Amino acid sequence: MVSPTTIAAVRASGAIPNAEYLLAVEGVRKEFPGVVALDDVSFRLKRGTVHALMGENGAGKSTLMKILAGIYTPDKGEVKFKGVDIQLTSPLDALENGIAMIHQELNLMPFMTVAENIWIRREPKTRLGFVDHREMNRMTAALFARLNIALDPQAEVRDLSIANRQMVEIAKAVSYESDVLIMDEPTSALTEREVAHLFTIIRDLRRQGIGIVYITHKMNELFEIADEFSVFRDGKYIGTHASSDVTRDDIIRMMVGREITQMFPKEEVPIGDVVLSVKDLTLAGVFHDVSFEVRAGEILGLAGLVGSGRSNVAEALFGVTPASSGSIAINGQPVAITSPTEAIRNRMAFLTEDRKDTGCLLILNILENMQIAVLQDKFVRLGFVEQKALSAQCEEMARKLRVKTPNLSERIENLSGGNQQKALIGRWLLTRPRILILDEPTRGIDVGAKAEIHRLVTELARDGVAVIMISSEMPEVLGMSDRIMVMHEGRVTGFLDRAEASQIKVMELAAR
Amino acid sequence: METNVAAGANPPLAKSARRIPPEFNIFLVLVGIALVYEVLGWIFVGQSFLMNSQRLTIMILQVAVIGIIAVGVTQVIITGGIDLSSGSVVGVTAMIAASVAQASTWPRALYPSLTDLPAIVPIGLGLGIGLLAGFINGQLIARTRIPPFIATLGMMVSARGLSKWYTKGQPVSGLTDQFNFIGTGIWPVVIFLVVALIFHIALRYTRYGKFTYAIGANVQAARVSGINVEAHLVKVYAIAGMLAGLAGVVTAARAQTAQAGMGVMYELDAIAATVIGGTSLTGGVGRITGTVIGTVILGVMTSGFTFLRVDAYYQEVVKGLIIIAAVVVDVYRQKGRKKV
Repeated sequence: MVSPTTIAAVRASGAIPNAEYLLAVEGVRKEFPGVVALDDVSFRLKRGTVHALMGENGAGKSTLMKILAGIYTPDKGEVKFKGVDIQLTSPLDALENGIAMIHQELNLMPFMTVAENIWIRREPKTRLGFVDHREMNRMTAALFARLNIALDPQAEVRDLSIANRQMVEIAKAVSYESDVLIMDEPTSALTEREVAHLFTIIRDLRRQGIGIVYITHKMNELFEIADEFSVFRDGKYIGTHASSDVTRDDIIRMMVGREITQMFPKEEVPIGDVVLSVKDLTLAGVFHDVSFEVRAGEILGLAGLVGSGRSNVAEALFGVTPASSGSIAINGQPVAITSPTEAIRNRMAFLTEDRKDTGCLLILNILENMQIAVLQDKFVRLGFVEQKALSAQCEEMARKLRVKTPNLSERIENLSGGNQQKALIGRWLLTRPRILILDEPTRGIDVGAKAEIHRLVTELARDGVAVIMISSEMPEVLGMSDRIMVMHEGRVTGFLDRAEASQIKVMELAAR
Repeated sequence: METNVAAGANPPLAKSARRIPPEFNIFLVLVGIALVYEVLGWIFVGQSFLMNSQRLTIMILQVAVIGIIAVGVTQVIITGGIDLSSGSVVGVTAMIAASVAQASTWPRALYPSLTDLPAIVPIGLGLGIGLLAGFINGQLIARTRIPPFIATLGMMVSARGLSKWYTKGQPVSGLTDQFNFIGTGIWPVVIFLVVALIFHIALRYTRYGKFTYAIGANVQAARVSGINVEAHLVKVYAIAGMLAGLAGVVTAARAQTAQAGMGVMYELDAIAATVIGGTSLTGGVGRITGTVIGTVILGVMTSGFTFLRVDAYYQEVVKGLIIIAAVVVDVYRQKGRKKV
């Protein structure tokens, strides 16, 4: 491990080849249990450029970015910073080397001032060892002048808008004299005017020779601000181009250009009457005027990029976070779903996106996990659980779903992701739902379990259940859905029928 | 194991193996402590610790009240919460129940017109007051989302104040024999064991119990599974309050008088008994059987110290250390599990 000062000295000697690249990543591989997140990925960032990383959800952008910021260490491959090998061990390490990252969820301390946030750990001291607030505010003002930011150094961060917090984060990164700035979806919460201001600042930084890694889902931003872009797909590096050389369609093709090789067990089943009808559903600031219908036996795919509001719509339907306006009708009858209890009463079921956080009761056993939802209104007499009958049903369900476990008194924690997911699906099937909402039903589970879940969803549709399936995996959406609803920034941007749907068409609606 | 289960092969699930219940370890700890005292007894005092039914009776009587509280506290801790108010609720219910349990023969009855009432009145009132205190705790926690620690800390201070204000600090004496009866002989122990049995059954075999564990295991998942978490928490805290109220009634009956300072620190003993009994402070784990054994361990420890003529102040020091040890063991148990 070479210290930053040595690196600086070597660099100054001018003896290093390829030093025109601020960052050069070669052959990086990163695996997580069950998934290869990055496979032989390369990437080069030139001084004084804005380099966008493009790709679908799960393409590997975030993993690469986290490697650059020292949050993950790669399993294989090298990262060169100004021509010298570095091994970053922590975000602090990255920062001290001159690589700063601005996270999507900002990391500022709300009850401290702007200046205190920027200079934390590096506060100027008076001779007596106290923090020199006057000097700190002066330094902040100077920094803001340089970046053309109009903010009071003494304002408390909690009083600032998201856009202004973003500016503080940027100023903080610049204050480390960073050479590389990594920005993850910096405009996701900004208004048009604020975006324009942010871009002015980014152009300024670029002029000063700073290299910026920019992650975005928004195509038009790419053409406005990025000089170059690299495309990733399924953890692999696809290519790098100058943004002036390509069109929007070229990029979309690069992002989705994969053959659908997996076979989906999709069956054409007779589609029945409308079961769920949603009209103008709105949750202020999250999603707006969402209207759609789902019929018995139909699988409605819900596509869109992360942050498009897909999961929020599902949570609103199920009463987890009820919508602020709009109406929901089941079998033509208007219903008010204000809580999951109410949703279950209406025979809805909701497999949530995050198995660990909102799905599993991790420290309890499989039986206890499976029976919890059905206990709302069945298998209970005078408060007592009819355990024998219920256990028998759970065991039958587990067998039908092929949950691989010696018995149901095993802790659910000890199952693989796929088997946990099957147990959770079992939890909902025991309630005999007529509307089933699946949010990322196959995320992070192995191929075998995935196929089994797909088969199961198909069977449910055949039995007349109305299915809403949210998925970030394009082949899954295309392979399983009868119809696809695409969302972008909280609005429905279009519906595609199974026959006409293609990866490119979905992507065009998802990334405007 | 993942790969060799081919599609189509669908073996029936094996019957779940009968496992050693976790209480067994705690029971071994109890036996161990008792044996250590037995040996030390023969060495230092020259007599047996265990072969003395009078000592054992006193011991179990001393902790019965703590045990009643601990049954409620166990349920609260299983949901991932805490109840600091139980000791003060003991104080206030003892005072109020005693004030309507006075005999007409007593010259300074608080309510001269309300003397010689049947025992069911003060007992019912005591349970009701406890229930109300717990209900307020539950409402505060569920509706305002303030942490249980703070809500019950507030109740702890207020309820204690109330019990002092009620008679301006004067004790309430001259209780009817009928009321005092529930505190005599082995009755407090019987009450403790009946309460423990009821809630052992409730936690294991009723929907109330299943929901309690689910909330403690993962409150988000419990909510999505349709559990009305707020309403359930109110129930759990109300039950814990009612049991503290019962403990207050028993305490007053045993002492045949009520004082504003009754039950001070009982909440901590109850929490200690619960944690020693294997209930995890992170929620989702715990059993009444463990708590009963934990309560007895607490009793044996105190009784043993007295038996060995250990200085009373020093006893407290050691008791504190044992509680810490129990929590440390719990933390390691949790960690060990994560590694699997």
